[in-house]
Amino acid sequence: MNKKKLSDTLNHNISIYNELANWKKYLIISIITLFFLSLYVMSFGLKSFLQQLINGIQLGSIYALIALGYTMVYGIIKLINFAHGDLFMFGAYISCFLGNYLIAQNFRFPFIVVLLVSMIITAILGMIIEKVAYKPLRFKPRLAALITALGVSLFLENFFALSPRDVPFPINKIVFGPAFLPFPALIADQTYNFAGISINNIRILNITVTILLMILLQYIVKKTMVGKAMRAVAFNKDACLMMGINIDKIISITFGIGTSLAAAAGTLFALNYGQLQSPYLGIWPGLKAFIAAVLGGIGNIPGAMVGSYLMGISETFATSINSNFGYGIAFVILIVVLIFKPAGLLGKFTKEKV
Amino acid sequence: MNKKYFFLMIIVCLLFSVSSTFAAEIKIGGVAPLTGHVATFGISTKNAAGMAFDKVNAAGGVNIGGTKYLINYIVEDDQGTPEIAANAFRKLMDQDEVIAIIGSVTSSCTLAGVPIAQDAGIPVITPTSTAEKVTQTGDYIFRACFIDPFQGSVVANFSYNDLNARKGAVIFDNANDYTKGLAEVFKATFENLGGEVVAYESFTEESKTVDFSAQLTNIKAANPDVLFLAGYYNAVSLEAKQARDLGITATFVGADGWDSSELAKLAGEAIDGGYFCNHYSSEDPRPMVQNFVKEYSEKFGQTPDALATLAYDAALILVDSLERAGSTEGAAIRDAIKAFNKEVVSGQITYDENRNPIKSAAIIKVEDGKFVFHKTVNP
Repeated sequence: MNKKKLSDTLNHNISIYNELANWKKYLIISIITLFFLSLYVMSFGLKSFLQQLINGIQLGSIYALIALGYTMVYGIIKLINFAHGDLFMFGAYISCFLGNYLIAQNFRFPFIVVLLVSMIITAILGMIIEKVAYKPLRFKPRLAALITALGVSLFLENFFALSPRDVPFPINKIVFGPAFLPFPALIADQTYNFAGISINNIRILNITVTILLMILLQYIVKKTMVGKAMRAVAFNKDACLMMGINIDKIISITFGIGTSLAAAAGTLFALNYGQLQSPYLGIWPGLKAFIAAVLGGIGNIPGAMVGSYLMGISETFATSINSNFGYGIAFVILIVVLIFKPAGLLGKFTKEKV
Repeated sequence: MNKKYFFLMIIVCLLFSVSSTFAAEIKIGGVAPLTGHVATFGISTKNAAGMAFDKVNAAGGVNIGGTKYLINYIVEDDQGTPEIAANAFRKLMDQDEVIAIIGSVTSSCTLAGVPIAQDAGIPVITPTSTAEKVTQTGDYIFRACFIDPFQGSVVANFSYNDLNARKGAVIFDNANDYTKGLAEVFKATFENLGGEVVAYESFTEESKTVDFSAQLTNIKAANPDVLFLAGYYNAVSLEAKQARDLGITATFVGADGWDSSELAKLAGEAIDGGYFCNHYSSEDPRPMVQNFVKEYSEKFGQTPDALATLAYDAALILVDSLERAGSTEGAAIRDAIKAFNKEVVSGQITYDENRNPIKSAAIIKVEDGKFVFHKTVNP
């Protein structure tokens, strides 16, 4: 009885909120946010606040790069590519091996080359996965493709985690092994200090590269012919066939771009933390980025960005307030946002055609 | 034909029985992960304990009640898996009829095997299982290593007295009993001494967490003198790097989870100047340590790690106790181990009422990526 009453009140409040004018909604949200922020500044000090903000933006940047790929693939073929986190891992490992090689050759600016090559190789792997695992299921029920994506994810993790000593010849040259690897210092680490707030050059680089790639992606999708074709495929595949758009090619390109973003994220991630833990390292960043993409409205590119920064920043502050529950806070935020906005922050709610 | 074989067998049997009356033999069991994910631990253990028994045999054997017995050391592989460990314990007791067992290496495997040994009244010395629960199984179960709470208090005492730290900070994994236990004991001990723990930050699961900047920013604001990085080397290296990046100048301290050659590779300069508590240091100048290090490296081509040292010690404890017991009865051996009081490689050992050794720990300093012996801390 009581429970029913509570949920009724909650539903009632939510419907009241949903009926408010937009500016009133924003006002309410900003007042709540400001209240919590000022509370934080009062108890932890401004310096800590700014430092945590930088930490949060940095964490959000990593989530954002992964989330962009998630959201893009979903936007075009309505497939949640769970293997995305593992392609992120793959990109990081490729960068590690290539970086070690280039540094041994005394190469001058290894970072750019490593980033680009890793993006290209991972994009190729992404396209192969699409051809092998997802294409045959394209016009089958969507659940089948989703389960396949999970399978691909588990396969990639466990395959690359095989120890080279335990497997026969051709495979032992490909697998990475389960051990830790230090990531090469592609860029000399430098820490800048402004009035007690530290930020290092790698973090600045992360944030810059993320924003640049997002702008580039937005440009490709909105302004180029390929982008136009992508949006057309997202809208109606059958009509595209009639208009002479090569769906296979467009979906391949989409996968390629999406996975290359994952590789970029992996490279930046590894560069920032300086080590590769194991081929399972993509699971958690991948999941968090997926949540961020849903939070921002899956399928929506600026939404993925907003969702990721929101997640990164709130996770950092929550951890700082009480380190025991910081990790779970991402999920609480997801639930709260989805209660009020089921389609995500910037997503549009569309009824499914039956 | 058959008759011929039959006689041959009888002759062989007779020969064996004759030879065994000439050189009496006792059997000691060993359980260690010789394959699987912690195989290097098991191999170190087997090598070192085997080396100790070989030395005893070369000197004529162990003297029990006036008779010299040669030691037959039988090692079973538990693959680092508790179920297989339980079978290995059973096989050693029922089939080989060993009088005592040294093993196993990991706490989970040891915990699977020791109830069986306890029921059968066979004494067990585990070289390296640090979990407190292991020896709580019963009065036949001993260990050669110190337990986790002890490490926490050693680090706290060292920070307060030797590093003159008054403000301490801790970062630990709240999903791992090892680091959680260390953190709790460190905090309690440090506060008892009169210090203040200004930041006590946790995170969840080393395998999932790579970014500690939120916790470290809090720690930086608290401005501690020492920062206790309670964890294994992988997380420690990340924490150390990120802490230095954020401008934390506190001295890093830690426990035996740091003991890996990977640590300096992963953490680089960030970890330099840090101290950690370990079971022993190969640079300890005591002659017993130096002799052991020399013999072991000559025989196996590598510097003994803490696991090898503890296994060697477990073997020494067992041999000494057998001689004092004067019998191969389980109860007599048990009482003799309980009364053990001697110097072994990892330090002077006596047993407390919970059958945990009271022994010293080594403090090791990281200098230019190398582990340098700093001092010995007595309990």
